[in-house]
Amino acid sequence: MFDIDRWQEIYHVLSKNKLRTALTAFGVFWGMFMLVVLMGSGNGLRNGVMGDFGSFATNSFFVWGQTSSMPYKGFQKGRYVAFDNDDTEALKRGLTGAAVVAPKCQLGGYRSTNFVTRKNFSGSSFGISGDVPEIIKISPKKIVQGRWLNQKDLDDKRKVAVIGSRVKEVLFEKDENPIGEYINISGIYFMVIGVHDLEFTSGHNDSELESILTPLTTFQQAFNWGDRVGWYSVMGKPDVAVADLEQEARVILKKRHNVHPDDHRAIGGWNASEEFGKISGLFIAIQVLVWVVGIGTLLAGVIGVSNIMLVVVKERTKEIGIRKAIGATPFSIVSQIILEALILTGMAGYLGLSAGVGVLELVNSSIEGSAGMFTNPEIDLSAALICLIIIVISGGLAGVIPAQKAAGVDPIVALRSE
Amino acid sequence: MIKLSNINKHYSTGSHQLHVLKDINLEIGSGELVSIMGSSGSGKSTLLNILGILDEYDSGEYSLDNTLIKNLSEQKAAKYRNEFIGFIFQSFHLLGYKNAMENVALPLYYKGVSRKKRNKLALEYLDKVGLKEWAEHMPSQLSGGQQQRVSIARALITHPKLILADEPTGALDSVTSQSVMNLFREVNKLGITVIIVTHEKDISDLTDRQILLKDGAILEKEDVDV
Repeated sequence: MFDIDRWQEIYHVLSKNKLRTALTAFGVFWGMFMLVVLMGSGNGLRNGVMGDFGSFATNSFFVWGQTSSMPYKGFQKGRYVAFDNDDTEALKRGLTGAAVVAPKCQLGGYRSTNFVTRKNFSGSSFGISGDVPEIIKISPKKIVQGRWLNQKDLDDKRKVAVIGSRVKEVLFEKDENPIGEYINISGIYFMVIGVHDLEFTSGHNDSELESILTPLTTFQQAFNWGDRVGWYSVMGKPDVAVADLEQEARVILKKRHNVHPDDHRAIGGWNASEEFGKISGLFIAIQVLVWVVGIGTLLAGVIGVSNIMLVVVKERTKEIGIRKAIGATPFSIVSQIILEALILTGMAGYLGLSAGVGVLELVNSSIEGSAGMFTNPEIDLSAALICLIIIVISGGLAGVIPAQKAAGVDPIVALRSE
Repeated sequence: MIKLSNINKHYSTGSHQLHVLKDINLEIGSGELVSIMGSSGSGKSTLLNILGILDEYDSGEYSLDNTLIKNLSEQKAAKYRNEFIGFIFQSFHLLGYKNAMENVALPLYYKGVSRKKRNKLALEYLDKVGLKEWAEHMPSQLSGGQQQRVSIARALITHPKLILADEPTGALDSVTSQSVMNLFREVNKLGITVIIVTHEKDISDLTDRQILLKDGAILEKEDVDV
């Protein structure tokens, strides 16, 4: 079936009228190009926005203490609500729908940075936190060197730390092994036991890379936090509504800290799933739009191919007649026409795909590093494969009607002497 | 070799029905050189198409080499055409983008013969019609007579039992016509049945037997006429 005569013929047919072939191919090319660029842009926009979430578990929420806004049980309003280790136990007991309850402290408070030194190196933009090992389930990290915190570190209040890759860059020589070395945090020495990095390289979570994580118990003792806890990260079990879980947590905490049940200001919270749901809904809509527009454009191109193939069959009626007269089977004629349509759409579509990917790469490299709303515009392999499959199927379909017409050519009529 | 009994063929054009062939009875033996004569509209092209399995007939029976040719599938018709019959047309009908050799080799392509083998055979047949030196030429670079020789070579390459020629000299001058007819004679001497449709008396005179068609019926004057 795929012998040289066939290719010779296809080449002949497609090159006979180059302008027409080029214009027809352009229809498919443009359809594919648009589909890829639209899809890539949609993904870029999504990556940019979703990058703010990092690889954060989206079925989770935070709660932290604020100042009360209503007097209750003899307490004045304006009282600061501070969590402690007992709250941790209460939450773990009370929240049956929670998979992970992770208390966290940060030196200086949320998003504060501190001064850390080691030998002649120093850096001041690092976030120091006290953590429990389970936090890694909510906020995934890749351990690139050494190990992650474990329960024994907490039980023994070991002065150990897992540092972000950026921290390592600042405090260590390029080829230096940080494991087992000591760093000085506010005058207290911690031994580095591991280096963590982002799980995915998307997004722009610099603060994540500049974090230094220590065992919660060590942190509380070393920095004189007593049994205080900064805030909680809670991840729900699968199928648990995170919004409900957050309400439950608030109720438990309000009760323990004598906060009026209707006082919504006393405890702050941020619900990842709610935010995430809103945004991902938006992007699903964008995605649908992209596919509808892209496929529509592609379809227009494919119909163009089908049209031209009809013209080609018309032009070649005589030749098809000759072939039939000397013994061509209907199958060989049908397959020839379908193959031609397939080649035309296939090549044009492939070029469109390549050009689209090329443009995305170009945009990608020109905005590299500038963390904004638009990050990594790209299409994934599966989407590209789907595009290719669409090209092949549509190319075949484009050939069907012309091929049927060709198979129906009557040699007698075709060869009647002019 | 060929046996037609009571062949009828109608064409319907709108509301009219045209009775093109009327009770055709004809026998042509193996190795004959026959011409079918008739003016335009006499039904000779239709008869040729039926003989060439390019068209179907309405009633009667047609057997070719003891095979009944009736209600064949497209697939089967294509196979018989390829195996039994070689076609030669008035306007040669060579494929313009293939050279002489490739044109001659084309029927073997549909028979599934390898490219190398069929091109070798094609060269042999081009040699037989005296065009070996022209093998690489495109049809547009050949004269009418040469093109017709190429198409004869193409018709012969599958070892057909029957050569059907539709006005083979219609587009050629008289000298070239003569040499093409000589070629047909040589082919005939190989034992292949040759049927030539023509309206030229000079041409039909060069055949062994003339069949005259008029208004869709055969006038039995084959031997009378000469």
